[in-house]
Amino acid sequence: MRKVYLSIVGFSLLCRLNVSAQIKQDSLPQTTGISLFKPIGQPEPSEYHPRGLHIDEINLVSSYYWQNGDHSAVTGGIGTEKVTDISNGLDLKMVWGDPKVKQNSLTVGIGFDHHTSASAAYVNLSGASNTGGSRIYPSIDWTRENVKKGSSFGIGAYYSGEYNYQSLGADVHFSQKTADKNGEFTAKVQAYFDQVKMIYPSEFIPQSTSTVVTSASGTGEGHKANIPSSPRNTYSASLGYSQIINSRMQVMFLVDGVAQNGYLGLPFHRVYFNTGKDTIEHLPSNRFKLPVGVRLNYFLGDNIILRSYYRYYMDSWGVKSNTAGLETAIKVTPFFSISPFYRYYDQTAAKYFAPYEAHSPTDEYYTSNYEYAQFHANFYGVGFRVAPPKGVFGWQNLHDLELRYGHYSQTTDLVSNVVSLSLGFK
Amino acid sequence: MMSVSSCVHLKEYQKNRINDAEMALGNRKVEKNELNFQSYREAASGANAGKTGGGCGCN
Repeated sequence: MRKVYLSIVGFSLLCRLNVSAQIKQDSLPQTTGISLFKPIGQPEPSEYHPRGLHIDEINLVSSYYWQNGDHSAVTGGIGTEKVTDISNGLDLKMVWGDPKVKQNSLTVGIGFDHHTSASAAYVNLSGASNTGGSRIYPSIDWTRENVKKGSSFGIGAYYSGEYNYQSLGADVHFSQKTADKNGEFTAKVQAYFDQVKMIYPSEFIPQSTSTVVTSASGTGEGHKANIPSSPRNTYSASLGYSQIINSRMQVMFLVDGVAQNGYLGLPFHRVYFNTGKDTIEHLPSNRFKLPVGVRLNYFLGDNIILRSYYRYYMDSWGVKSNTAGLETAIKVTPFFSISPFYRYYDQTAAKYFAPYEAHSPTDEYYTSNYEYAQFHANFYGVGFRVAPPKGVFGWQNLHDLELRYGHYSQTTDLVSNVVSLSLGFK
Repeated sequence: MMSVSSCVHLKEYQKNRINDAEMALGNRKVEKNELNFQSYREAASGANAGKTGGGCGCN
């Protein structure tokens, strides 16, 4: 009986020691000793099982946009704003490392837009300028994630090139989850170093020059012109914090601080003074922006997700703005959802804005670009998302498909529509 | 702030609704170009993971 009693006590002590080892962090190096509470075959937390470089996902997004209005900046705040734009973007994400410990990801992106702009024809007063233009914008991002610590660090680079504008950008970003993994802090600093090609309206180009260029999108006439450029630099810092509130709701706060300097207008935007004389818009060489936003998503019942957003914006040019949006994702089935949405936007006018023939020649800064006018706007539409477990249309690699249409209208009489398609491959 | 202060601590297995793809706290992939078009026509930008300025001949 004594032997049985001592065996039970010994077993109990052994169990208690192993439980203590499980809840306390080991101060000794891991050994491969036998433990009655260690399931056979379960890997030690310190084991690292890296996977080689492989493609994690590919995303393709294409959009067709068309608009019309009657306040073109090229013609001084009057005239057609008819524009069409086809935008395409492809992102390729590759990962390597152990997804449970430390993982690296490399995302390579390429974008290509082609637009037509009816007002661009009037960079030349005769209306003979080229109305089409293309832009290409590659990007690359490397991020290293420490899954155990809940942190990540990354750097990115970006280029954009079109006939009248080149941009080089870079960013550094960081994130840290809270100890319980229910919250996350993010930070990003970014800089763009841009060059604005100084393409002037035809009436402002000296007739004696041999490098006459009268189009914002290339001459199409075989002229190889040495057009000077002016720099435009943008520096931004973005902070964000997201928090799970409960099993159905999570919220995110965002704030950006943006400083710009250099040539902040466009050289082919005209302004007509109240005297009838025209000139080129003239804006300050500094601008500071402060947008603050909040997102809140809520899972209502079993089939509805409410996605809401609000942003307040202010800048040193006198613009103040509110943006509010609500989207309702209705899960018709677990793999198909319909999402109607609505977005409201309003802004006050910038200090330097006035409509056609309203500026005085004595004004220091002046623009008739209706982007800086006072207005409010409505944007509404619907989206569809398909993500069946066996792949879209039975194609396993096509993980999800989204199709979305939106109609936009401003009180300035600008109206636009956009249709977008997104394909996700895994 | 009251909501944040009353947050519950969810275990991973309790996050099935939170982890739904459409509960993600960010823009949908399909919205990417929409954000660009809005920044071309509006003075405000930023605080939405989109453009804050620079990078194109727009805002």
